Amino acid sequence: MTAEVESVEAVGVAPAADPGFLQRYGASIEYVLIPCAALLGALAVFGGFVALYGKNPLDLYFYMYYGAFGTWFSWQNTLTRAAPLILTALCTALPAQLGMVIIGGEGALLIGALSATSAALALQGAAPIVVQIAMVIAGVIGGGLWITLSGGLRQYRGVNETISSLLLVYIALAILNHLVEGPLRDPASLNKPSTREIGAANMIGTIPGTDVHWGLVFGLVAAVAAYVLIYHTTFGFAARVAGGNVRAAKIVGLNVGRLILTVCFLAGACAGLAGMIEVAAVQGRTNANLAAGYGFTGILVAFLARQNPLAIIPVAILLGGISASGGLLQRRLGLPDASVLVLQGIIFVFVLASDALYGRIGLFKGKS
Amino acid sequence: MADASLGLWTVPLAVFGGAIRVSTPFLFVSLGECITERSGRINLGLEGTLVMGAMSAYGISYLSGSPWLGVLAAGITGALFGALHAGICSLPRVNDIAVGIALMLLGTGLAFFLGKPLIEPTAARLPAIDFGWWSDVPQVRAALRINVLFLIGVAIAPLLYWAFKSTRWGLLIRTAGESADAARAMGHSVLLIRLRATMVGGFLAGIGGSFLSLFYPGSWNEGLSSGQGITAVALVIFARWDPLLCLWASLAFGGAAALGPALQSVGITSGYHLFNAAPYILTLAIMIITCSPKRTLTGAPAELSITR
Amino acid sequence: MDFGRISRRHLLQGSAALALGSTLGIRGAAAAETTIGFIYVGSRDDYGYNQAHAQGAAALKKLPGIKVVEEEKVPETDAVEKTIESMINLDGATLLFPTSFGYYNPHVLKMATKFPKLKFEHCGGLWSEKDPKNAGSYFGYIDEAQFISGIVAGHSTKSGKLGFVAAKPIPQVLRNINAFTLGARLANPKATTQVIFTGDWSMPVKEAEATNSLIDQGVDVLTCHVDGPKTMVENAARRGAMVCGYHVNQSPLAPKAYLTGAEWNWEALYPKFVKMITAGEAIPNFYRGGLKEEIVKVSPYGEAVSAEARKHADDVKAKFMAGDFTIFKGPVVDNKGKTVIAAGTDRGQQDPELEKMDYLVEGVIGATA
Repeated sequence: MTAEVESVEAVGVAPAADPGFLQRYGASIEYVLIPCAALLGALAVFGGFVALYGKNPLDLYFYMYYGAFGTWFSWQNTLTRAAPLILTALCTALPAQLGMVIIGGEGALLIGALSATSAALALQGAAPIVVQIAMVIAGVIGGGLWITLSGGLRQYRGVNETISSLLLVYIALAILNHLVEGPLRDPASLNKPSTREIGAANMIGTIPGTDVHWGLVFGLVAAVAAYVLIYHTTFGFAARVAGGNVRAAKIVGLNVGRLILTVCFLAGACAGLAGMIEVAAVQGRTNANLAAGYGFTGILVAFLARQNPLAIIPVAILLGGISASGGLLQRRLGLPDASVLVLQGIIFVFVLASDALYGRIGLFKGKS
Repeated sequence: MADASLGLWTVPLAVFGGAIRVSTPFLFVSLGECITERSGRINLGLEGTLVMGAMSAYGISYLSGSPWLGVLAAGITGALFGALHAGICSLPRVNDIAVGIALMLLGTGLAFFLGKPLIEPTAARLPAIDFGWWSDVPQVRAALRINVLFLIGVAIAPLLYWAFKSTRWGLLIRTAGESADAARAMGHSVLLIRLRATMVGGFLAGIGGSFLSLFYPGSWNEGLSSGQGITAVALVIFARWDPLLCLWASLAFGGAAALGPALQSVGITSGYHLFNAAPYILTLAIMIITCSPKRTLTGAPAELSITR
Repeated sequence: MDFGRISRRHLLQGSAALALGSTLGIRGAAAAETTIGFIYVGSRDDYGYNQAHAQGAAALKKLPGIKVVEEEKVPETDAVEKTIESMINLDGATLLFPTSFGYYNPHVLKMATKFPKLKFEHCGGLWSEKDPKNAGSYFGYIDEAQFISGIVAGHSTKSGKLGFVAAKPIPQVLRNINAFTLGARLANPKATTQVIFTGDWSMPVKEAEATNSLIDQGVDVLTCHVDGPKTMVENAARRGAMVCGYHVNQSPLAPKAYLTGAEWNWEALYPKFVKMITAGEAIPNFYRGGLKEEIVKVSPYGEAVSAEARKHADDVKAKFMAGDFTIFKGPVVDNKGKTVIAAGTDRGQQDPELEKMDYLVEGVIGATA
């Protein structure tokens, strides 16, 4: 997003050693180096915080590594948790290309899940593949329209999309609760009001050889597709132009309104797909458990990935790892569950603050 | 029916009482955010500040035995979070909305982390003043047991309105919010003005949090806020950055929060989830009605990222 | 140095656990101590539901040869499956207590199928013959304790109006509301219970508003079924109303207003489970019990409880302890006038019909939907 700005701001100071190499790859190296440095800084601060609490930071780092990536089980745990985050992060990252800040992925996820479940329940008896395709379509449309609502309100009523998408989360949750405890409630769900089950045959299962459900693959495909869309198509170029300067976009004849609505639909579609997957791969029905906060963690992932769809993949895995190791921190170190939130907050702050560093490290300055 | 009951009259009374009981955190957060936004920055992190304020107020009140020290501690905590927000935002190319979300996460996380040992103990609470002494109706007396913080909040609103309009201090903040260049041309540091505005905003939001833990509902636990801080930020936008409108909007929100339980208590029981969502639907509806794509909102600070 | 030692040991444990895979049961025998995993849906110190379980877990920690690992705030998603697997793979847990209702289906069932040699004891679920044999569900008939609370409340109310702050209209909650009301009407046939549903398990502001609304309606004794009763107890006491507690003993919060309360007694049940396992006895897959089986208990009476109320409550309690008292004894009419339990039908505590309760009895003001 800010690549253009950097090259403009970078002043041509002669760099050291191998100027050709650094000039050519400086910006790319920066994109890897600065977030990593920010991450290390955040880990150091969190270690200090935990030390104040009377725990050994080295133990902390070990258990974090061990719980997230230390064993094959830990890896599967991490990837399972990362799967929904990739999709919900896209819900923030896609509109960000247009300069919009959407933080309502959680709402789109819930509506997507509700739509997908309704589709599956309406098609009971059909072949599983038909039901599954219908669920994907319903989830995508439900989630897509939900965020399009925010986009439309901004385009046609000038309502700020950040606030409206957030309010829509609470409204989506109320709708979901109302429906699963009322009209859509399965009388047999007793103490956990839920819709009827979509049926074991219609579940999408796990990737062979692992415990990780197919949602991860959906996420990876969606992230790569989003990357291609944004960086290698005319549509993506138009979106980025509009995101950089709406007036310029209008002058060159872009239909900004249509861009906003389309991008918002795609964004919501990703979150809606995440909701559909939670139903079809995990819960098997819709209930209040779907509001597990994936939509909110997705915002964090998108910002840490600097809104780049490809970067979302490793960042989602990183955050999946942090939440996977959270349990071990509770059990082995006696830290409260909120340590995960604290660490996420510190990382977020560090990564945002590090935004100021791009193009400022003398070594990497050059013209791209 | 026993004579102690007021029947259907309890609904308006509960909404009235609820407006007073529930509105205070909304009021403090929205007034604080109003100051911050008028200076040209948005701080979405006040949800974190509110929760952090609630936790630190409860902790300090418990340790010191003085709830007022707790309120002060909440204010100071809030101001520190404000300083952190302003500090990060003053770096080049940092998005203030993103920093707000980060601090929302950090504030909530820290409050939950540090607040674990505070869930069980009982801390000294803030006292209520009995304004209902004239009435024989216990329900009216209960609704009029009012905390000083509410009165302070009500007093701050017109004071702030006046300060924005007629003081040098208010003019500086508005200048920084309308045109950073103009403020610089006048020889003022925009970053410093915004730092102060964000710190004052955080101070007020922290105090709003202390009301939650020390008066109503009146204890510390992790579900305490349930999004009131973020709702209050939205409230500022439809109050058009006007402190007096913030006051009315906060009262309306407080009343809306009381509506669901009150309706159930008189037998209107269906759809309580939808009634519980009333404040959010209300905010969205008002934003849809009052916004327009043709012009920026009346009263919107021109430097504010969300209105550009 | 210290760090290196710890890491190596745990790494070895971890890889050994993985190598053994599904034969993990063996490790329990090899290890010096048995590891038991507890999973809570909320915060361990919420003065309510989760704290009651954590107190039970604390009782196990005192037993020799038992190691307890705990994780709190685990959502009812695949996160709980991963927590269970992590406790098994990384900590060597052989007995698991997932304590929230929503964990059971599909998550606990899935894990029980995956680890057939380990034991899963789930709180609140309804185990049936088609479920894995190594999974079990236990729960307490806390409505018995609520019935006693109701008797005390019925004697203590002056207005004849009782209040109930509830989370959601689900069978477990409705059963408590009904038992409380039937108890109250045994003491005071004119008593009514007004119920307000807040919509979720932990919503302090809504709970406080509900408490105030009820008191505004003339209610003078309140109880609740939410995760953390602290908000209701404190706000009701501040308004001068009396309260009956829930989950754990909340009398320290409001010593003058606290009448009695319905409490879990997991401190008694969990050590009993472990002793049964050690002795080689099988725990029944569907394990239920009330006051008699010491799974639930009644808080000590507060000072405001009259001698008459104490006597009445103690008499009924004695009948429960002897096992000859039925709460849901026909005829029972719901609050819409429909007979829900016919005259002559006794629905004993084990009756599966009671687990499906979807009505409010006569005397309750409120609706289930």
